[in-house]
Amino acid sequence: MSGIGSALVPQAAGIRAEGFEPPGPADFDLPPIGGDFGTFHAFGQEFVLGITKPMLQLVLSAVLIFGFFYLASRKRAMVPGKLQFVGEEAYGFVRNSLGRDIIGTHDFQRFVPYLFTLFTFILLNNLFASIPFIQFPTFSRSGMVYGLALMSWVIYNVVGMKKHGVGGYFKLQSVPAGITGPILVLLVPLEFMSNIIVRPVTLALRLFANMFAGHLLLILFALGGEYLIVEMSLAYAPVGILAWVLFLAVAFLEILIQFLQAYVFVLLNAMYIQGALADEH
Amino acid sequence: MQTLIPTLVVRAAEGEEAEHKLNPLLPHLAEVALSLVVFGILFFLVRKFVVPAFEATYAERTTAIEGGLAAAETKQAEADAKLAELEKQLADARHEAARIREEAREQGAQIIAEMREQAQTEATRITEHGKAQIEAERQQAVTSLRAEVGALATTLAGRIVGESLEDDDRSARVVDRFLADLEAIESTGAGSSSGNGAV
Repeated sequence: MSGIGSALVPQAAGIRAEGFEPPGPADFDLPPIGGDFGTFHAFGQEFVLGITKPMLQLVLSAVLIFGFFYLASRKRAMVPGKLQFVGEEAYGFVRNSLGRDIIGTHDFQRFVPYLFTLFTFILLNNLFASIPFIQFPTFSRSGMVYGLALMSWVIYNVVGMKKHGVGGYFKLQSVPAGITGPILVLLVPLEFMSNIIVRPVTLALRLFANMFAGHLLLILFALGGEYLIVEMSLAYAPVGILAWVLFLAVAFLEILIQFLQAYVFVLLNAMYIQGALADEH
Repeated sequence: MQTLIPTLVVRAAEGEEAEHKLNPLLPHLAEVALSLVVFGILFFLVRKFVVPAFEATYAERTTAIEGGLAAAETKQAEADAKLAELEKQLADARHEAARIREEAREQGAQIIAEMREQAQTEATRITEHGKAQIEAERQQAVTSLRAEVGALATTLAGRIVGESLEDDDRSARVVDRFLADLEAIESTGAGSSSGNGAV
């Protein structure tokens, strides 16, 4: 969040007056590839029709992920080679530390494909932001994230309802264990809000905002540094170079954040599923 | 968030160029659908091909390790059983050997006793035989001596008497009478003198 805040500061400080156009949300609206196919209206806004770069990235990520893990898992050697080893490590990481350790040995196996796909899918799309020539985080497009968050919400709720029945599930999610009396009047709506309504929103915003802010920050350092060096007088050049150095530092920080956000998204998915499957507390 | 949303909304509302002033929080519907579809396809492929392969590899590896351990355990058990069997056989063999030795000792003692008895019997038999032979020879010697002593005595007496005692009937009678007398004397005398007289 602070990333977005600081990204917007230059605008507030009025640097625009000197001719520098600061990066903003508009930088995430990439033009369609191969021409305009018209527009459509939704949410009181006008959207462009056509295939954009993040859409291609989404498809590319799916192809790369399946291609890599298909090759890595195909040989099924007892003593794995390098490719199989990397694939097994990634798979085992999600399977054991995100699946088994959180959901529990009894139920986790049927969720492993979902968690594993989700983790690799988000991770690679996040990493696209730092891969040269792609350099755009797919999930800085809110629509992409909303799709995944919606899916997560449906999955953990349906899993819970299947196990406990609709009434039993809402009771499980809304009534805290071991609490009786009038305090429930206060707690039940709160629990319902936090467990059923707020979760998909926070899930989506956390991923989207981190990717959005990180990319904005990088654009700001890159363009700002360039402007300071190229457009301003020579005295500002060292500041511009400093900005580029900071760009590098932030770029490495971003890689960490890209991994963490993928991890957190899947971790929370696993925890929500575990909570929905839990027996009476 | 509180600063972001109003700012963005304000910027979107400025309406300079609608295309560049979109609120980033409002989703492009095609992107929602696309992310779900692409994720769905990827999920299907991963569940169909990748996860079963990895799980099978894990399972095979587990089986291989457990199988190896089980095989080692079986081998160990077999080796233990074999060792116990061999030890038992060894003990049996020792026992058998001791038994055979004991039996042999007994048999040897028995054989020695038998041989000794046999030898004793043989010795007795030989002694008996020798005694009988000696007796027979003595008897023969006595008989022939009697005849010779008769003839000798007759001849001697004839020479002493100076008359011919060629008349066999007479001389035979004389000799018989003499010997009968002699025997009568011997039988009345001590047994030892009879023995001496035989030699």
